[in-house]
Amino acid sequence: MNEGHFLRIAAAVAVGTFARLVMLRSDYRQYPSYPHAYVVHLGLGFIAASLGALAVPAVVTRDFMAASILALAGQQFREVRDMERRSLEKLEDTELVPRGTAYIEGIARVFEARNYLAMAAALATSLVSYALPLPRSMAVAAGAACGLFVAAIIVGVFGRRVVGDIAVVRQGRIQFDGPLLSVEGIVLANIGLAEARRVIEAQGVGVVVEPRDDNARATLANVGQRQAIVHDAASIMGVRVDVSERDFTPLMRLDISTGRAGMIMVPVEPDVEALLEVVRRVPIIETSVRKPLATRAGRIAAD
Amino acid sequence: MRAGWAIIMDVTLEHAIAAIVTTRRDRVGGGAPIFFADDEEDLRRTAVYLAKILDGVVHDLGGGTYIVVKH
Repeated sequence: MNEGHFLRIAAAVAVGTFARLVMLRSDYRQYPSYPHAYVVHLGLGFIAASLGALAVPAVVTRDFMAASILALAGQQFREVRDMERRSLEKLEDTELVPRGTAYIEGIARVFEARNYLAMAAALATSLVSYALPLPRSMAVAAGAACGLFVAAIIVGVFGRRVVGDIAVVRQGRIQFDGPLLSVEGIVLANIGLAEARRVIEAQGVGVVVEPRDDNARATLANVGQRQAIVHDAASIMGVRVDVSERDFTPLMRLDISTGRAGMIMVPVEPDVEALLEVVRRVPIIETSVRKPLATRAGRIAAD
Repeated sequence: MRAGWAIIMDVTLEHAIAAIVTTRRDRVGGGAPIFFADDEEDLRRTAVYLAKILDGVVHDLGGGTYIVVKH
């Protein structure tokens, strides 16, 4: 292999891997949370970037066999989604407040997609560095710039929407009607023990999530989306829950007539503003997104 | 019967009544284990013990009847 290929390929691989690294950092909050997972995902990102980087030189050198094999290799990344899903599903039993299958599916899809995005950034880099009729080092520099630009666009466009974008999140008043616990009139649960009711009244935090439009209302109605909110809130703020201590399990229920969702939680850290911020920053799960307003019937029904 | 309605909403297929604790012998029956309590204090204590043993949650049906539900 001559030096011209090497420099271009190396630059493309570097840009692709860097893109994957940036995307890895942007979701540090939920997962992965341990060093080995970083290694796994960076490793896969490196492989994806290599595939993207090698595609153009394979065609340029008329090695169509290599190009076809690269295309086939790209298929392997479908495994990534499966791998993520399986490992998260296995861990689900050990979570006091489970993620829920929708959240797991969302995470798995995102991890699969990010490898393709790393591939795209690497492909853009090598494409430009081969296509531009410039001296080698300048072409490589231009290619790298273009690849980084593509990566930046991808990170921007695919930056996920959060609950705060589609709904107003504010504190709600906790009330008891006998054993029935409600937040701003939204009935959440029947709390049988007076001690538990006192703890909730003293330390519990009620949260109301009000959808901004009918799309948001349909998305919030998705059980998986609400479980994701509860899971994130519980894992970041801490909850007073254990295997034999389920009274304070955080819950989120809908007010069916208005579409508002009410949530109760007894956090370890009694910081209301922090909890509201956590809820606002929970990502919208792709599979829970509903857009009734995008249809004619939905728009007619909305007014 | 609003208390009863709340229970119905809570119970999906994963949930099951693990035990019934009551001071009113004439109010209960059926498939779950039933524990009779002498008074309110006994009722509360039995329900808490059962909830701890069964990893369940105590719900109040009113009228001196608690149920322990596995969620």
